[in-house]
Amino acid sequence: MDRLNQIARRVPVNAVYLAGVLPFLWIVWLAFSGGLGVDPVKAIELRLGELGLQFLVAGLFITPLRWAGLNLMRFRRAIGLLAFFYVGMHLLTWVILDMGLRWEEMAADLVKRWYIIIGMIGFLAMVPLAITSNNAAIRRLGAAAWQRLHRLTYVAALAGAIHYVVLVKAWPVEPLIYLGVICLLIGARLWRNRRHSAPQVV
Amino acid sequence: RIDAAPSVFSTDETPNTFEEITTYNNFYEFGTGKEDPARNAGALTTDPWSIVIDGLVDRPGTYDLADVMKDQPLEERIYRFRCVEAWSMVIPWIGFELAGLLNRVGVQPSAKYVAFETLVRPEEMPGQRQPILEWPYREGLRLDEAMNPLTILATGLYGEEMPKQNGAPIRLVVPWKYGFKSIKSVVRISLVADQPQTTWNMLQPSEYGFFSNVNPQVDHPRWSQASERRIGAGLFAGRQDTLMFNGYEEQVASLYAGMDLVANY
Repeated sequence: MDRLNQIARRVPVNAVYLAGVLPFLWIVWLAFSGGLGVDPVKAIELRLGELGLQFLVAGLFITPLRWAGLNLMRFRRAIGLLAFFYVGMHLLTWVILDMGLRWEEMAADLVKRWYIIIGMIGFLAMVPLAITSNNAAIRRLGAAAWQRLHRLTYVAALAGAIHYVVLVKAWPVEPLIYLGVICLLIGARLWRNRRHSAPQVV
Repeated sequence: RIDAAPSVFSTDETPNTFEEITTYNNFYEFGTGKEDPARNAGALTTDPWSIVIDGLVDRPGTYDLADVMKDQPLEERIYRFRCVEAWSMVIPWIGFELAGLLNRVGVQPSAKYVAFETLVRPEEMPGQRQPILEWPYREGLRLDEAMNPLTILATGLYGEEMPKQNGAPIRLVVPWKYGFKSIKSVVRISLVADQPQTTWNMLQPSEYGFFSNVNPQVDHPRWSQASERRIGAGLFAGRQDTLMFNGYEEQVASLYAGMDLVANY
């Protein structure tokens, strides 16, 4: 574990940003070279959404990994901002490529369709997180308030996974796996907090 | 190439490419992904193939595919195809009118519906090894819908035999209904008195009705049906308006005269 921590300390944070945008560039390349099959719009939308979820899950893993002795805290901001980037691009894909800027239909969907509403809640929950993902915001808010605010991550991740489960037909396994893993990661925190705050019996 | 006469029912819209039609399929018997059927359907044995025709008919029996097709005039029908998932294509089917077959086997007066079943053969259809849907896949039509000249049994597309991922060797095509009504790889056709059970309706009755006519005014509970994305239209093509009865209003609206299409979705 010490070796892993040593290696992690030597990885510059910018390398995480760089590696994080590679999948995006790959999708752009595939989109323009015809590598996304006959329905590129859906493929782009799905891949961006899944990447957003994957970065959200990766962000949720940082804390439990630290319990286990592996400290990747330095990378958490980059991972969170990458999650926001992918979720934002996923939303833009829906607005521009999928819905073709049909504002009236989108507005109707935003009040009627549960998966759209839940997805939008997830995105909106990430906006204050992205805005406050800098040192100045942490100073201004104070660490405690900043930490409380950033519990919105749980809302975003849950909303993202539920959005995925609700939009598919029937019950394919992938969306359920995301939801299951996110529930486990949040559940682990609840379980640990309760254990740690319980009165100690001497 | 299969010889097929042109049809007055064909649209003059440009058909999707063979590649688009054969690599983007919903055929859960071969997996739930759109690319799964093209990948997994190769192992399906389509010859020999027979169809059981039973129920309220004068000449029930197990008919060999060649016998089913005997004396039925093949036509090319270039139809719009609208999926319940709000995408669409234009497909040059080759087939014959279902009415032709039904008349040949003799529909009895007490028959009111036609029920269809897809092959169950999990050793060749890997999707059937999971209980994603209740197999066999089932669909059904009211008798007057089945007898409408637009309703065909298709055995080919683009002048070739039906590709396996599209429902070889013989499938139903009902162009004014959402795609899942057009059941693939048919092995049973039953004439019945009561409305038959249909697969997606059994799974989620609030979302998939028995009729499932394409209707831009009646939304799916989870998404709008007002518009659709035409596959192959390009990255920035956006959407087009969905047409009532998928544009076949003139031919089929009379079937539903006086019916509440919101209640009977």
